[in-house]
Amino acid sequence: MVDLTTNYLGLKFANPLCASSSPLTNKLETALKLEEAGVAALVMPSLFEEQVIHEALRLDRDYMRGSESYAEALTYLPELGQYSIGPDKYLENLAKIKKNLSIPVLGSLNGVSTGGWVDYARRIEEAGADALELNLYEVSTDPEMTCQELEDRHVALVEAVRARVSIPLAVKLSPFYTALPNFACRLTEAGANGLVLFNRFYQPDIDLEMLEVVPHLVLSNSHELRLPLRWIAILRGRVAADFGLTGGVHSAEDLLKAVMAGASVTLVASELLMHGFGRVSEILNDVQEWMETHEYTSIQQMKGSMSQQAVGDPSAFERANYMRVLSSY
Amino acid sequence: MMRAKITIDGNEATAKIAYKLSEVIAIYPITPSSGMGEFADEWAANKQPNLWGTVPLVIEMQSEGGAAGAVHGALQSGALTTTFTASQGLLLMIPNMYKIAGELTPTVFHVTARSLAAQGLSIFGDHSDVVSTRGTGFALLASNSVQEAHDMALIAHAATLASRVPFLHFFDGFRTSHEVNKIEQLDLEDIRAMVDDPLVQAHRARGLTPDNPVLRGTAQNPDVYFQARETVNPYYLACPDIVQQSMDRFAALIGRAYHLFDYSGAPDAERVIVIMGSGADTAEETANYLAAQGEKVGVIKVHLFRPFSVKHFLKAVPPTVKMLAVLDRCKEPGSAGEPLYQDIVTAISEGSATDPKPRMIGGRYGLSSKEFTPAMVKGVFDEMLQAAPKNHFAVGINDDVTQNSIDYDPEFDIELPETVRCVFWGLGADGTVGANKNSIKIIGEETDNFAQGYFVYDSKKSGTVTVSHLRFGPKPIKAPYLINKAGFVACHQFSFLERLDVLKYASPGAVFLLNSIYGPDEVWDQLPRETQQSIIDKKLRFFVIDAYEVANKTGMGGRINTIMQTCFFAISNVLPRDQAIAEIKHAIEKTYGKRGEVVVQRNFEAVDHTLANLTEVKVPEKASSSLTRRQPVPAEAPEFVKNVLGRMIAGEGDSLPVSAMPVDGTFPTGTTQWEKRNITLEIPVWEPDLCIQCGKCCFVCPHAVIREKVYAPAHLAGAPESWLNMDARWKEFPDMKYTLAVSPDDCTGCSLCVEVCPAKDKSQVGRKAINMAPQPPIREQQNTNWDYFLSLPEVDRTQMSLKSVKNSQLLQPLFEFSGACAGCGETPYLKLLSQLLGDRIVIANATGCSSIYGGNLPTTPWAKNAEGRGPAWSNSLFEDNAEFGLGMRLSLDKHGEYARDLLGRLSNVIGESLVDELLQADQTSEAGIASQRERVALLKQRLGGLDDPQARDLLSLADVLVRKSVWIIGGDGWAYDIGYGGLDHVLASGRNVNVLVLDTEVYSNTGGQASKSTPRAAVAKFAAQGKGMPKKDLGMIAMAYGYVYVARIAMGASDQQTLNAFTEADAYDGPSLIIAYSHCIAHGYDLKKGLDQQKLAVASGIWPLYRFNPASIAQGQNPLTIDSKEPSVPVSQYAYNETRYRMLLQSDEQRAEALMKLAQKDVRGRWDLYRQMAAMHYEGDNNEKPSSD
Repeated sequence: MVDLTTNYLGLKFANPLCASSSPLTNKLETALKLEEAGVAALVMPSLFEEQVIHEALRLDRDYMRGSESYAEALTYLPELGQYSIGPDKYLENLAKIKKNLSIPVLGSLNGVSTGGWVDYARRIEEAGADALELNLYEVSTDPEMTCQELEDRHVALVEAVRARVSIPLAVKLSPFYTALPNFACRLTEAGANGLVLFNRFYQPDIDLEMLEVVPHLVLSNSHELRLPLRWIAILRGRVAADFGLTGGVHSAEDLLKAVMAGASVTLVASELLMHGFGRVSEILNDVQEWMETHEYTSIQQMKGSMSQQAVGDPSAFERANYMRVLSSY
Repeated sequence: MMRAKITIDGNEATAKIAYKLSEVIAIYPITPSSGMGEFADEWAANKQPNLWGTVPLVIEMQSEGGAAGAVHGALQSGALTTTFTASQGLLLMIPNMYKIAGELTPTVFHVTARSLAAQGLSIFGDHSDVVSTRGTGFALLASNSVQEAHDMALIAHAATLASRVPFLHFFDGFRTSHEVNKIEQLDLEDIRAMVDDPLVQAHRARGLTPDNPVLRGTAQNPDVYFQARETVNPYYLACPDIVQQSMDRFAALIGRAYHLFDYSGAPDAERVIVIMGSGADTAEETANYLAAQGEKVGVIKVHLFRPFSVKHFLKAVPPTVKMLAVLDRCKEPGSAGEPLYQDIVTAISEGSATDPKPRMIGGRYGLSSKEFTPAMVKGVFDEMLQAAPKNHFAVGINDDVTQNSIDYDPEFDIELPETVRCVFWGLGADGTVGANKNSIKIIGEETDNFAQGYFVYDSKKSGTVTVSHLRFGPKPIKAPYLINKAGFVACHQFSFLERLDVLKYASPGAVFLLNSIYGPDEVWDQLPRETQQSIIDKKLRFFVIDAYEVANKTGMGGRINTIMQTCFFAISNVLPRDQAIAEIKHAIEKTYGKRGEVVVQRNFEAVDHTLANLTEVKVPEKASSSLTRRQPVPAEAPEFVKNVLGRMIAGEGDSLPVSAMPVDGTFPTGTTQWEKRNITLEIPVWEPDLCIQCGKCCFVCPHAVIREKVYAPAHLAGAPESWLNMDARWKEFPDMKYTLAVSPDDCTGCSLCVEVCPAKDKSQVGRKAINMAPQPPIREQQNTNWDYFLSLPEVDRTQMSLKSVKNSQLLQPLFEFSGACAGCGETPYLKLLSQLLGDRIVIANATGCSSIYGGNLPTTPWAKNAEGRGPAWSNSLFEDNAEFGLGMRLSLDKHGEYARDLLGRLSNVIGESLVDELLQADQTSEAGIASQRERVALLKQRLGGLDDPQARDLLSLADVLVRKSVWIIGGDGWAYDIGYGGLDHVLASGRNVNVLVLDTEVYSNTGGQASKSTPRAAVAKFAAQGKGMPKKDLGMIAMAYGYVYVARIAMGASDQQTLNAFTEADAYDGPSLIIAYSHCIAHGYDLKKGLDQQKLAVASGIWPLYRFNPASIAQGQNPLTIDSKEPSVPVSQYAYNETRYRMLLQSDEQRAEALMKLAQKDVRGRWDLYRQMAAMHYEGDNNEKPSSD
């Protein structure tokens, strides 16, 4: 019997398959099904500070629009007793899920201001999250903003959150950092316990008929595994953090590769959205079977076994890799 | 016992009591009473209990008649029941009021007294409605102030249970219902102590029950009806004493003593005014002021008007009285005197023992919230000193026709010097009123001061001016009239100075606070000369702040309310500065806290950044500006517009004499063109290089401010320098030029035109054929272009088909520049109607938004073309519009029939061929109509010289020989609810009328109450928990007749289908019903996205497009054509763009999700049904043209 347990962010997980943030992790009903299906943990969808602000301002604007203008219609909408505007609804939901599940529940936060981050992080901790995933999603469009400034700001955000919460922190990154290993080190020094690679973005598309930019979300596929696989392999051993791999894990093979590269856990969403909860046990069974066939005894044994530092040829994860691909045609 | 002091308006003060003492509340929206129903609905939604710990059942009915019926039924079944209403709504309740009173049923109707529609509708306050019920047998109990409304509500509920006489408790619409005042709140123990449960149980015991069956509502005959009617006498005789006992009990408990008639003034008064309502407070304050100066004057304030107690009245009359002036706030044309006057005359003549009896005169005041001031009260007292005082006089107006009005000195003022008076000019929706309400609460509740706020709005719905009148001081404020001498005047909108005398309220030495983009060093030169002179003459202290800059920096957008509020507190020193700021923040938290932390924080930031930007301006000694205040209308406007409407536009309507007004409420059309409001900072600008001349921008423009023309190239010769043009792309108009023009002073900046524009720059898709640009730099230039554009000839309607969107927009709109909301979803349909058929339509318009932006004075958007033709428009009531329109049709039909008959009779004189042509004319096309008009002109010529009664008759009817269309227009509140019975009957009649329902899915005009059109899952007032039942399918009901043309349209989803529906409805010789999706400010989103929402509404299937044309049946075709595709997006994708849906998600997610699921099922079910109907096989031989006989 192989040991599927793994340690991530100082927590012990029953196996390396976690439910990544998705609509499935947002509701108690589906969260319970995920737990039943066998995921080791789940990550709540991100609490978007921007969204919270937007919702509040929008409600206020819509209330005020046209009000106190004409004597017969001083307002146009009734004033209801209470609104779940702001993080309260998210926090209530998190607390409810945490209360009803026995597996670890990770909160997730996407913020825009230091004040907001710190405050929301604290409230997520108070709501009972076992750990917190900070989502550093930012599309930098300002030509005046240097990469140094941007990285400094992100490090400062992590420091600020670390100073206020005691639960483990994972930082979810985008792949678009010039010097990722250096940045990753700075994040761990700032207090990150783990790094999640990589964030997937809503990529805008163009509607040719309407000549409009339209939001577009495509679920991942196994090909996307390569990018985080490479970077976890590179960072493993160089950065004092646990790694979570997200994006492109659809099968036992994908999961095994992730662990071998150095990931403590894989975070799966698209596969479950496409093919249902049953895939959890199928993947875990396949992992177990593969490990048994190949005489691995534990995930721990396998973890990082094919990281850049562990493989015989470190250049395999560097530029030479690209050249070999080209020359193979 | 210390009771809480609260600062609320009269509606809330009343509703607080009514709610606590009711089990069933039946409501229907009508201004100014809607607030009471809204409070009740919200409190019930929040599960607030009544006195007995149970949540009252609140139900919205389809009309006030329905509400009264439901009240009657609930009372008959033993429930404590109430309702709230006003004006026409109260009239609709009258039949039930007779029944309720005849059956001695305790209830209280709370009424905000309001004018009745006569020569014109008015939403404002007087007693016309209340006195119309004086025959019903209801007790009529008047409150004069916000505190009294709170107190009398309780006294009424107590007295009705004790007396079994039903009560109508009333207070003045707006003046009391909307005045915010500091009052002492009655607590639950007070209410408990006033209401005896055995009386409640006795009422319940009289309720109908099969366990103890009785029968009520019998039909009675000549033998006994009379006697039975007299049985109630003892109850009415006892009622006044019971009311007084309730008042005494109240006084013992609370300490405020009331009487049926309260006397105030000199104990030895010789001249006494008798009056009820808010005017009584004005009269009382004035009488006391004059009495203190030795004048022998006094006032009798009437609380219980009916049952009228002669005994109690005489007790209140000082024995020294020589003359009584009875003031009525209503008008009964043709009467021997108004109602209160007549009762007083009767009381004195029957009961007064003094010899000689006091002399009595009667007068009218304050109709439609006309100001009633201490100066007018003094005028009445002075009139009583005349040797031959006028009787049946009017005070407050200049009646130069029948010379009935009395004089007064408008400068007379009794306000206490220690009362601080402040006036604030704001732009509608900029938050000024809300902030002032908060200021009043802060002052009223956080200091020992008493406080009062009253708010005046103008007649438009967009770009409106609001004026807030705030008083506070150490003594209770009983001044139910506007401030005319203020120590503090704030103008929150710089552009007002261009057209309004904002400093007319400023007293000498007052403070003037101006929101100005110009700093303290530049602002002086930007002021109109008149403003500069006022500042100098009145020695004003002048402060400026660029509130927009502060608002922008702190993320407040255009909301400057808390910034200006902070300035007010800082300058006025009502409170120590730090305390004031803390209280402002506290108020912000209370007001906005529910909407999220960020809203509160941004307001806090705005407050914190204000004072550093507030500066006092050093006022120069001389006025130096070259700018002068603009005239309200241009010099070239017609005389009536200049002398009458222009005065109203300038805010001087109060000074117009009776002779200035039309005697029968008839006004000229086409007058909005003279009222240049200049209310937007951005307007669309045309880029000819991209334009494809599709006309969509003009099609969707709610205000007809963007228009297109084709014209001969020769006109370019006289065009202004900045005139743009391009070659016209019309096969009908070769070698012509094309120009798209915008009226910068009429545009509201909604940007719907830019949103709909399909032409994008291929190298820069953000640039379209029209784009919004700042208005001020191009205002003058574009005004010149607009004037030139208007001078170009209109296109010849007979030279093109009107069946394409592109062509339709070359037609002159005869509905223009309305005061509707910016981005209104209704008005584009009306504009289109006016373009297609405007020169031959008569419109019956239901009361509602469309009657307000269509017919609210001073100006009307319905216009005339160069030939003087255009829509003829009238509004009857809310409930009767379909019948009203049918009446117009009947008249046209009858006159047409008679005219044709006369043609036959006079054919030898007129000429047989002309008669034949007139009778046989094909008027199905523009060319056909034009030809018929020529024939009619010839006919008139031939008839002109004939000395024959029949010829003269035919001459008076000749125009009816040109085809006329009758359009019956109204909103969903009318069509689905209050007017549905009539609408159904009119559709069933088979007559050729066209009904256009502007469906906003709520009662938009009264502030967004639910109608039966409100869709499932949407929140609306009166449906604060989210509408649980689906939208009524009005179209399906009409289709069931089989001979009614029905179309459901949404111009944002298909402009062509919209156009088709209008032309088909007009062409169909029978009843037509068009249900038009009208996005609305009450839906809760930026209306510039209205057209996108229309597309989504159709794509989601919540608003399927179809046309049901019975004319197809005769041709063997299925009459139903579904014009939209199968639903392709979830309803939620459409709905959750709108706050009316989203707010339920935010307040009760579970219910929101459950209702949304049902809404989705509704869509599927309806779609399947329509699809099956559209697939049905029709034989085509069983349909004959409907007969309307």
